[in-house]
Amino acid sequence: MTPLDAAFEHLLRDLAPQVLGAIIRRFRDFGDAEDAVQEALLAAAIQWPRDGVPDNPRAWLIQVASRRMTDHLRSEMARRRRETAASAELENLAPAADIEIEPDQDDALVLLFMCCHPALTPSSAIALTLRAVGGLTTAEIANAFMVPEATMAQRISRAKQSIKASGVPFSLPTTSGNQEQTQRLRAVLHVLYLIFNEGYTSSAGPHLQRTELSTEAIRLTRTVHKLLPDDGEVAGLLALMLLTDARRAARTGPDGELIPLTKQDRALWDSKSIAEGVALLTTALSKGSIGPYQLQAAIAAVHDEAPRADETDWPQILALYDLLKRMSDNPMVMLNHTIAVAMVHGPSAGLERLKDLDADGRLAGHHRVDAVRAHLLELAGDQPGAIAHYQIAAARTTSLPERNYLITQAARLRENAG
Amino acid sequence: MKYILMMNCPKTGYDTFGSMPKDDIKAHIAFMHSFNKALRESGELVSAEGLADPKQAKLVRAGKDGEPITDGVFPEAKEYLAGYWIIEVDNPEQAYKIAARASTAPGPGGAPSNMPIEVRQVMSSAPTEWL
Repeated sequence: MTPLDAAFEHLLRDLAPQVLGAIIRRFRDFGDAEDAVQEALLAAAIQWPRDGVPDNPRAWLIQVASRRMTDHLRSEMARRRRETAASAELENLAPAADIEIEPDQDDALVLLFMCCHPALTPSSAIALTLRAVGGLTTAEIANAFMVPEATMAQRISRAKQSIKASGVPFSLPTTSGNQEQTQRLRAVLHVLYLIFNEGYTSSAGPHLQRTELSTEAIRLTRTVHKLLPDDGEVAGLLALMLLTDARRAARTGPDGELIPLTKQDRALWDSKSIAEGVALLTTALSKGSIGPYQLQAAIAAVHDEAPRADETDWPQILALYDLLKRMSDNPMVMLNHTIAVAMVHGPSAGLERLKDLDADGRLAGHHRVDAVRAHLLELAGDQPGAIAHYQIAAARTTSLPERNYLITQAARLRENAG
Repeated sequence: MKYILMMNCPKTGYDTFGSMPKDDIKAHIAFMHSFNKALRESGELVSAEGLADPKQAKLVRAGKDGEPITDGVFPEAKEYLAGYWIIEVDNPEQAYKIAARASTAPGPGGAPSNMPIEVRQVMSSAPTEWL
């Protein structure tokens, strides 16, 4: 992609939610509006590099999308008229194409609430968010998730049908600060977090690479933060993403192999992202209402601020996990808490804690439990036990790079022993 | 999460299938057609292929010079892959449900064949950071 293409793409993708918001407010129908805006974005991607960017790109896109909507409604009406031989609705539905609607900054937020609708499965919410708010094409999203474009198109179209069937209007869920909005915002943040996590490693592909999903998640979370600057958890999530993404370059080796946190070359960490994440987090924490994302960001910050792995402030991490454990009943938090216990009080204390997790049962058969057990057994000097559990973990993971990492750990221990 | 659903058969499986009455064959083909169409429309289909008769199958090894040697001998009891679907779903239960639907493909007399479908997860999950 040339720098010029990239500039066009940024402009288009920033405008996408604004244009979509304007079209929905004018025509009401989210699903059809979303299709019309996609068509307008594609038209712009072809015409602007050739003819130049129009004076008011947003108005241009709104006009093209409106025209598509009007054409669509006309043919719908004609079809219905043929079928029912009675309709005079058309003229009321076709608006004057020259009305410029003022941009509404809340549109991106409303759209996120729609796309992360509780009626949708996570995979549908992710796809719809990336298209309607992120302004990505169906082909790009399909490519990122390595499924055919037709499959992704169906997933998006079904997601839109579900939203339509739910009858949720295009507006913010009542006034801010109430319980419904808090819950819906939590769903939005969760979807953004899932998108971020999908982008962990790179994978071959001609267009959108999987790592770009992390970048996209950060961009969307930034938008939410701009609209809700006083929300500590939004700031916390953005900080968590920045503080985690800062380690990206150090996290995989030349052959795509995973490099654990303790072995990473910290010179490769992105100090700018770390500084931004820490600043965001500091401001959020000073406002007082602490939540799980802020705590996870705080833990990421402790790791990022250690000049060397063995200088990591584990007692502070343990204290943060204590808080997090009290706040959320999540077995993955229990598992991470166990690691912190082991790092502060020794591997046998950690192994003792793993028994609680076994009794809890929710992570039964999860490869991460076996991997943590293997790691703690290794630290405790039980090499055969560690080898066995690395192998069990390897047999249970569904990530190829993780499997390769785990069997390599087992092989390393076997060779040390031999 | 992605799964592969594999339909296996013995070496004679294609002959057995091909010797069914015409209407039974038609019913089977119609079933597969609508099954694939439904998977495409539900946004779950990643890919699906049927494989050619195993009588054409070759076992290939590299020779000393790296050239292919194709005179491999198959063990008698071998099961052959007849076709597969790769699907993307939200949970394993959904994959099992789809596999069970594939298993009802009609066999002789138009009754559900209840053929076994081997379900395996594709290693496509995003990894996480290790300590």
